[in-house]
Amino acid sequence: MSDLKDLYQEVILDHNRNPRNCYIMDGASCTADGHNPLCGDIVKVYLRIENGIIEEISFQGQGCAICTASTSLMTESVQGKSVEEAQGLFDEFHQMLTGVAEEQGVALGKLHVFEGVREYPVRVKCATLAWHTLNAAMEEKKENVTTE
Amino acid sequence: MSVPAGTATTLNCETIRADFPALHQDVNGHPLVYLDNAATTQKPQAVIDAVRSFYEHDCSNVHRGVHALSQRATVAFESSRTSIKNFLGARDSREIVFTRSTTEAINLVAHSFVGPRLNPGDEVLITEMEHHSNIVPWQLLCDEKGASLRIVPMTDDAELILEEFEKMISERTRIVSVVHVSNALGTVNPVEEIIRLAHDKGVPVMVDGAQAVPHMKVDVEALDCDFYAFSSHKVYGPTGIGVLFGKRERLLKMKPYQGGGDMILSVSFERTTFNEPPHRFEAGTPNIEGAIGLAKALEYIDDLGIDAIQAHEQSLLEHATQAILEVPGVRLIGAPQHRAGALSFVMEDIHPHDIGTILDQEGVAVRAGHHCAQPVMQHFNLSATVRASFGLYNRVDEIDALVKGLHSVREVFG
Repeated sequence: MSDLKDLYQEVILDHNRNPRNCYIMDGASCTADGHNPLCGDIVKVYLRIENGIIEEISFQGQGCAICTASTSLMTESVQGKSVEEAQGLFDEFHQMLTGVAEEQGVALGKLHVFEGVREYPVRVKCATLAWHTLNAAMEEKKENVTTE
Repeated sequence: MSVPAGTATTLNCETIRADFPALHQDVNGHPLVYLDNAATTQKPQAVIDAVRSFYEHDCSNVHRGVHALSQRATVAFESSRTSIKNFLGARDSREIVFTRSTTEAINLVAHSFVGPRLNPGDEVLITEMEHHSNIVPWQLLCDEKGASLRIVPMTDDAELILEEFEKMISERTRIVSVVHVSNALGTVNPVEEIIRLAHDKGVPVMVDGAQAVPHMKVDVEALDCDFYAFSSHKVYGPTGIGVLFGKRERLLKMKPYQGGGDMILSVSFERTTFNEPPHRFEAGTPNIEGAIGLAKALEYIDDLGIDAIQAHEQSLLEHATQAILEVPGVRLIGAPQHRAGALSFVMEDIHPHDIGTILDQEGVAVRAGHHCAQPVMQHFNLSATVRASFGLYNRVDEIDALVKGLHSVREVFG
């Protein structure tokens, strides 16, 4: 069970039970839809970007604990950051999960709770769906994002 | 393997399990508990040996060579067809067409049988319980022909509504294509009655038997179905080969499926004469070792006795149904009168994918997801379920391991 505690850390379980910033945003400046066909996770990310800063971010969706918690924590992490900073955070997050990075950045903060996902390769997509969707929203891509 | 055919009421699980090498391994530090048999089954040593022996001794192409190896390969391949004919209770080996899968068998019927008979305004009738493989080929065909796809609804107990089915068969219906056993729910559908009702109105019937053949006696003559399809790998045979049974008189009137070698009698640039069924539908070099392995798998089932297998799996299902429901928060999906092979369930607000990961940590392999049956999920307003599916080698203590795993899920999620 100790391995599972690495995956399902208390912070993750908390954000799964009570996701933050989980609402439909009126007057969003951009949105994007993400879909993980493997487990049927769906997420919609809403952004209000002013002068290149993410002033407000919210989401709606349906997914597993890893997906829901990752989306919730992502909204907390990028709030108030510039689009470039958010993209940089995604890169670091992605590297942490896929084990490419030699050393991990300090910017990730709370997002380090997802480090355990690296041991479960089929679940990496669950943790990154929100970020791919955020990226699409920031780039104002019109097509749906999928993790496939 | 020591039990004579047809006489046994119980299976000797220990001798059976000894026949399946893949069952004897640890996963994440626990003995493997394989409960994903509806996705694919493990293979008995006899099947593995048959495939290996083909490559070690008889490897050659079929139907053409005059040399010894080719003759041996051809005899082995064609006698596999005969074994399958016998297993399904068909009259004639020429009614057995080898395909890649159940999916390809359905596509073949859609293309070669229904397609040429489907006009704008005509109808194809399927059910709400279908796997995507018995939905999408018909959608493609209906779109192309301007025909409409009609769906027989099911109840919340996961049973087809036969009165609706009866009303929906019309003079425009060109085929009824129905799943024998639902892969997502385990429901056994009353295909005999469906076939009778459809035939009363002159409508041919295709049955998707992928989840039925491993679990119960299927007799295509008694059913009187026009087409019946199943997949080798779900019935302890190799992957990559499936079977389409088609009534001889139907197959004779059908156009080819794919063009190529083996499906022709003669070819010139002006004109090609097509081969007789079943070869007309088997273009290209077939999956020879797959056919040989499948025949061996069916022989294995015959030796144990399908009735004994069915009785064993039914007792597993009954035990599982009770045991799973004792875990707090577990809800079974559907409550059909007759179930075979599989159970689908959810656990309050815990996502099936999380359940699947946690069970895997305890060596228990189940399927979590929509099971390629998204309309079924939509009916129950779910995005996914957990499915435990059983095979002839599963034991009661493996269900106990599943239940223990579900308690661990509760523990992790609090």
